[in-house]
Amino acid sequence: MPTENAIDAWGLVKRYGSKLALDGVDLDVARGSVCGLLGPNGAGKTTAVRILTTLTTPDAGTARIAGHDLASDPAAVRRSIGLAAQDATVDGLLTGRENLVMIGELHHIGRRRAKERASELLDQFSLTDAGDRVCKDYSGGMRRRLDLAATLIAEPEVLFLDEPTAGLDPRARNELWDVLDGLVAAGVTILLTTQYLEEADRLADDIFVVDRGRVIARGDARSLKRQIGGDQLHVVCKNVDDLPTTAGIVERISGAAATIDRAARSVTAPTDRGAAALAVLGGELADGGIGVDDLGLRQPTLEDVFLTLTGARPEAEDPQAVAGAATKAGR
Amino acid sequence: MNANETHGTFVGDTWVIARRGLLHMRRQPEMLADATIQPIMFVLLFAFVFGGAIHVPGGGSYREFLMGGIFAQTIVFGAFGVAISLAQDRKSGAIDRFRSLPIRRSSVLAGHAVASLLKALLPLVLMSIAGLAVGWRIHGGVLKAVGAYGVMIAFSFAVIWIGVLLGSIIPTPEGVQGVGFVVIFPLTFVASTFVPVTTLPTGLRQFAEWNPVTALAGALRKLFENPGAAAPAHAPWSLVHPVLYTLLWGIGIVAVCAPAAIRSYQASITR
Repeated sequence: MPTENAIDAWGLVKRYGSKLALDGVDLDVARGSVCGLLGPNGAGKTTAVRILTTLTTPDAGTARIAGHDLASDPAAVRRSIGLAAQDATVDGLLTGRENLVMIGELHHIGRRRAKERASELLDQFSLTDAGDRVCKDYSGGMRRRLDLAATLIAEPEVLFLDEPTAGLDPRARNELWDVLDGLVAAGVTILLTTQYLEEADRLADDIFVVDRGRVIARGDARSLKRQIGGDQLHVVCKNVDDLPTTAGIVERISGAAATIDRAARSVTAPTDRGAAALAVLGGELADGGIGVDDLGLRQPTLEDVFLTLTGARPEAEDPQAVAGAATKAGR
Repeated sequence: MNANETHGTFVGDTWVIARRGLLHMRRQPEMLADATIQPIMFVLLFAFVFGGAIHVPGGGSYREFLMGGIFAQTIVFGAFGVAISLAQDRKSGAIDRFRSLPIRRSSVLAGHAVASLLKALLPLVLMSIAGLAVGWRIHGGVLKAVGAYGVMIAFSFAVIWIGVLLGSIIPTPEGVQGVGFVVIFPLTFVASTFVPVTTLPTGLRQFAEWNPVTALAGALRKLFENPGAAAPAHAPWSLVHPVLYTLLWGIGIVAVCAPAAIRSYQASITR
């Protein structure tokens, strides 16, 4: 087996009219690893995936996927990859099984082999019972699982998953994460995009933080979190008048400046002592007679990552995406 | 094996995508109704509603005159179906999925075209049966009848490429409906489809005389030896030689639309 990476990309640039979607992106993804592209909507994640899967040609830059050059041998690239696009593109009028067999046949693994693989994959993705039903009746989670199964039918070397859990409820998302864990254990190389640090954290060995078409940070989840301060102490007071006192206590315990949000009646500050700091804080607030609505350790959110790395809020094109990320972070 | 995958399997890939198109028709009741109930309804409606009102030059039964026209109209409407299913595939992302697979990109278009051609056969069979039921007969003998159905299939194939072109240029299924309605509807009515062209006012008559839909209807009447087949005195060349004129149109449509469709399809998706 060649020692080359599963994905190598150098200086990818893509322009749509006056908008620079990708502004010189380098990527390297080791074989058998999971790479996460983390960033807000409009950061260029999908453009990167479209280029690496031969759907779009870059204006500048080159890439090699599974040892094949993107520009000179796109057919070989397509033979080596599986792509699950952002909206699961399963065919609603075909059954789950028919979808899988069709994709298998178009990968030229033969009809008989395609049928065998389809049965295996339906089983593996807990879709056997639904396999002979038409897909338009599937739930969002089932569609995603089928879409993922379809990308696996010809046993690709590299999988591209564009926001694999977007639009799923928490239960379906957890189920999909479990499925992805299984794939990783089997040694498939995966490049996935996500808007959620939590998801990148859970799935990826190596995270590229993307903003406005550039990679602004790279590392595993732990090192990224260290860069942005790790856990945060978070207190919501019953009474707005208690905020200054609370901030004083929080700052003393965390040793860092606290952020006060009057509207949310909250005080937040980074800590590297985790639960121990939380216990001390709980005791001191009780001693001080301060009424508390909520008290806890908060994981840094994507917004925190961007605040720290760029000193600015993420520039999202879709306000709903930001709202979604914020709601999620709040949970 | 590599060469095999990129070249030898074009036919195989086309067939896989065509089979998908046929499953789509089977599972969409409204599309199936378009292909089955609508042609039968048209035969019955025109036969019984217009049947008494329209006089066929040279005499003969209007119901027999009608069949060539209704065949022609149904074939031309076939362009809609393929355009809409292509536009739906673009909207749903299915086209992107196909493009990430190791197949020739034109096999997707070819698969749509083959599926549409097969879909076009069902209404032709049903209309023939409905026509026979209301009194239409094939008078020209077996050879000419085979020729007539051959012309229908050939022209269906040509028209489908107009649909592929429409589906490649117009991004949404709704847009296809709109444009198709404005272009295809008048084309099938300002023709000898339902009335003899001699009844039309001068400007419309000249358009109808050279309209390929008139030619197709006329070719079928001629080959089936149905009423209205004879060209009127001083008729233009197109009416005297409807079979040849129809086939020339068919060849012209494929020669222009197929390459244009493939090019605009490639351009529309390589963003």
